[in-house]
Amino acid sequence: MPAAAPSLSRQNSPLAAFHDVGKRFPNGVTALEDLNLTIRAGEFLSLLGPSGCGKSTALRLLAGLTSPSSGNIEWNDRSAAREIGFVFQEPTLMPWASVENNVRLPLRLKGMSGRAADLRIDEALALVGLSEFRNAYPRELSGGMRMRVSIARALVTQPKLLLMDEPFASLDEISRFRLNDDLRMLWNRLGCTIVFVTHSVFESVYLSSRILMFTPRPGKIAAEFEIVAPEPREGNFRTSPEYGAKCREVSAALASVMGER
Amino acid sequence: MEKNAPAESRLAYFILPLLALAAAIGLWQLAVSAFALPHYVLPSPKLVLDTLIADRALLANSLLVTLKTTALALIIATIAGVLLAILLASSRFAEYTLFPFAVILQVTPLIAIAPILLIYLEPNTAVLVCACIVAFFPVLSNTVLGLTSIDRNLSDLFTLYGANSLKTLLWLRIPSALPYFLGGLRIAGGLALIGAVAAEIAAGVAGRGSGLAYRIVESSYRLNVPRMFAALLLISLAGIAIFALLNVLQYLVLRRWHESTLRADQ
Ligand SMILES: Nc1ncnc2c1ncn2[C@@H]1O[C@H](COP(=O)(O)OP(=O)(O)OP(=O)(O)O)[C@@H](O)[C@H]1O
Ligand SMILES: [Mg+2]
Repeated sequence: MPAAAPSLSRQNSPLAAFHDVGKRFPNGVTALEDLNLTIRAGEFLSLLGPSGCGKSTALRLLAGLTSPSSGNIEWNDRSAAREIGFVFQEPTLMPWASVENNVRLPLRLKGMSGRAADLRIDEALALVGLSEFRNAYPRELSGGMRMRVSIARALVTQPKLLLMDEPFASLDEISRFRLNDDLRMLWNRLGCTIVFVTHSVFESVYLSSRILMFTPRPGKIAAEFEIVAPEPREGNFRTSPEYGAKCREVSAALASVMGER
Repeated sequence: MEKNAPAESRLAYFILPLLALAAAIGLWQLAVSAFALPHYVLPSPKLVLDTLIADRALLANSLLVTLKTTALALIIATIAGVLLAILLASSRFAEYTLFPFAVILQVTPLIAIAPILLIYLEPNTAVLVCACIVAFFPVLSNTVLGLTSIDRNLSDLFTLYGANSLKTLLWLRIPSALPYFLGGLRIAGGLALIGAVAAEIAAGVAGRGSGLAYRIVESSYRLNVPRMFAALLLISLAGIAIFALLNVLQYLVLRRWHESTLRADQ
């Protein structure tokens, strides 16, 4: 992994932008309409919104797993479009492969092998604290550990952009807080850009440098919040008055967005 | 963890069926002697065993023929079924053109196909083809289902990292299909034996053949009921052996990772 890139030195140049992006599915559902948003290089961006508003769709569009039915996505850094890591809501591991081989998958698919690949895997596993479990199989791991394997797999290619779709939604609060802290630490250390989908106000305020709030379907941006807090945010940010105030502000905005319909 | 309970239940797991089986055989023996049933009506277990020993050369030979046919049929059906499944799963065109034939072969009762095949083919070959036909379908349909039951997110992941269709087949579709395929194989193993036996009976009626089922037909013409039972016993044992073998295979392949091989105390 690249050496520590302190968040202070991060510029806010745009990495990618959605221009009037719409997504209509063949069954007639319009998930997104005239969506405009910019992703800044190096930021931790949360997409927050009610269920079904098109957050996952926006993420899949960004990853190139589906294409917009109208509008376009502009990449400032073309290479970032090809260096994406994706973490799904479920761990989505291959049950027939050991932890190590699950993490190895992206490298194998990109044709990387040998010593260099082994080093990357060692690093990624160490980052998520699973070095001892490299030979275990997914069914032998707890839910939180599986999620960490999934994160290691996304990190192993050293992506410029990490997309996460409600990765911790199915976890208990204790594991979620732990993984939140781990993720903050990783982001501080790796200097990658993260786009994080969630429908938890508290999680998004704790994690992000910026929050984009979606309206109910068809999703558009309803509000934007910058979260400025001293780095690194340790557990005590969670109990600070600033955190509480920000959560109240975002919750109120969410309530009014939901009330508008 | 309790130590005694699982050991006890494991003991019961093995002992109970054996006891039940022994009791049934004992009852059978008792009934034959109590009602003084003649051996051409119902031979006693003892007589069946004696016949098995006396006719061992003949029966062993027939057993070997049946087992060989079954094994060969299973191997051919597996290879053909898997290859066709890969073809069907990767091309809609192939699926629409070929699947109807597979279904027709599956739904037409084998016992009706066998006499027709016997006209064109040598008896041994005809029996083999029949066994192949019945064993083929479960392998095919299960494998197709497995190859197409892919976790959507995993498949997205392969797309994200630019995997071509060969890599996706080898590293995603085939491993995903493995449990389905093995389930199909287990069914196919039993069906291959049934197919071989049914076709042999058809061949036996035509007076040609050498497998266990042929022995049954032949013995029935000669009213040699004990030998019929002896041959039947061997067919059952062959069926049990095939079933056990394929179960072991499934366990060995899936034991490390699949949920089906998780034991309660793990
Ligand atoms: N493949 C698809 N075909 C048809 N409709 C779809 C498809 N995927 C999503 N949709 C629809 O698009 C809308 C947005 O879906 P999406 O998964 O993006 O929502 P989301 O914001 O991620 O919701 P959640 O928070 O519940 O995950 C939903 O109404 C959904 O029914
Ligand atoms: Mg979603």
